[in-house]
Amino acid sequence: MPFSAQPPASGEPYVLSASLDNARHLSSLLRAVHFQDHATCFATASGLRVTVEDAKCIQANAFIQVEIFQEFAVQEESVIFRINLSVLLDCLTIFGTSSLPGTSTALRMCYRGYGYPLMLFLEEGGVVTVCKINTQEPEELLDFDFCSTKVVNKIILQSEGLREAFAELDMTSEVLQITMSPDKPYFRLSTFGNAGSAHLDYPKDSDLMEAFHCNQTQMNRYKTSLLKPSTKALALSCKVSIRTDAQGFLSLQYMIRNEDGQICFVEYYCCPDENITEVEL
Amino acid sequence: MRFRAKIVDLACLNHFSRVINTIAKLARTCTLRLTVCKLYFILSDKVANGGASMWCELSQGNFFDEFQMEGVAAEHNEIYLELVPENLSRALKTAQSAKAVKIKLTNKHCPCLRVAVELPSLSSNSRIVTHDIPVGVIPRRIWNDFREPSVPDFDVSIYLPALKTMKSVVERMKNLSNFIVIEANLSGEMNLKIETDLVSVTTHFKDLRNLPWTSEDGCQSSAQGRDLESMAEARIDIKKLQQLLAGQQVNPTKALCNIVSKRIVHFILLHEDVSLQYFIPALA
Repeated sequence: MPFSAQPPASGEPYVLSASLDNARHLSSLLRAVHFQDHATCFATASGLRVTVEDAKCIQANAFIQVEIFQEFAVQEESVIFRINLSVLLDCLTIFGTSSLPGTSTALRMCYRGYGYPLMLFLEEGGVVTVCKINTQEPEELLDFDFCSTKVVNKIILQSEGLREAFAELDMTSEVLQITMSPDKPYFRLSTFGNAGSAHLDYPKDSDLMEAFHCNQTQMNRYKTSLLKPSTKALALSCKVSIRTDAQGFLSLQYMIRNEDGQICFVEYYCCPDENITEVEL
Repeated sequence: MRFRAKIVDLACLNHFSRVINTIAKLARTCTLRLTVCKLYFILSDKVANGGASMWCELSQGNFFDEFQMEGVAAEHNEIYLELVPENLSRALKTAQSAKAVKIKLTNKHCPCLRVAVELPSLSSNSRIVTHDIPVGVIPRRIWNDFREPSVPDFDVSIYLPALKTMKSVVERMKNLSNFIVIEANLSGEMNLKIETDLVSVTTHFKDLRNLPWTSEDGCQSSAQGRDLESMAEARIDIKKLQQLLAGQQVNPTKALCNIVSKRIVHFILLHEDVSLQYFIPALA
């Protein structure tokens, strides 16, 4: 490791210090939740969580657990700060985004606590870049209170089955309607755009369906504009779990394998636009 | 005033196109100076360019198979034209697999550089695509405006780090700030720095070669006797630096810069047969 693990000679000790041999393990996950300029970072002994929200309706979380880091130390129970995610990403990718075989950017991240900037030390090929990013007061975040006991319907799909559907989502449709049911059509994505309505059905015995646990027929609508950013997470992932609760809140959990084969998660929570529990054909 | 030239060799043609592409990235309009032996692309330091200036020199023999030039007068056997390099760049884009490219100065309705691209075709007749690029003829009385800029009395002269790395770093920094500080010392160290209310970023390059002190005419420059660790720095418009780096499609044989602290940064990029100098003034 090129960087010393000692705390600074003067000033406050670091409340958060972390090292990564490959900064892409962090930057690619952050890109999957980058739909707003600002993000809230939480660091605990379990690792790092980065949260982005919009319109009080949608929340995305990227989890980089402690095992991914070569070094991860948190001096307080939890460390929280708000930061400009666009700036953070530009700094993490300062040496470029293309991954040449055998080259990677090493990262060291240090934070002294409330009021201090986040320090990044990045190194590639003997060239060192030092970044100092100002942090802000963390804001109140939404709590979707989505726990497994409240889940009504759940399916797990292989991401490749959904990628095309989401990439080609009819953006002229204000809403994406998701139908989940123990009976036909089992799992249906519908849009209602200028050219007409489109329905995409996934039968429960499809090869792409890894798990199918639907107890009740639910039809919920979500604003397409809010869900579209989740396409980035879908593109990186190998599997996605789709869950809804009784109020129609949607949880999308993406399982992502990084370059070293380690598993990370990104999740998106979305409020329903309308809640239709009766089947409408 | 006459000018006609022809390129037949495909490698020379592609090389010439790359040079024009680089020039097009640096200047919206510039001056083309034609002499018997050389072509020059010149941008003089007007306020409209943000004070940046450029001097690019090519030996015509390395590119053209035929080259005939008759200047405005016998004692001034040169032609100065004002043109938009992007127009020339676009014309040459159609020549990627050409059999030959002919360039001729014409004056049918207005002065133009006529670029005739001869393309391969299945029939016995060639296909020829002709582009007429409007140019302005620059009168001899203002030729003095376009003299080669003198090498400034620099504080530090240093070879640039790998352009690929410099390019990536400057591109990212451009998202964060409008200005960049470039500093270097005589111990082979160079830093690129940006600083705003939100963020400050510094990239440190080490183990670069410095050039010895003496300037072109053998006189010692102000670099002599300078403390080796002390940095010469200049704060410049980041877009100008990014354009210079983005325009380098092929790695130059030599790339270096001279810094006059708080005044100007002078970049010299040398390829086998093309030399490009780019001057970026320092801002307050």
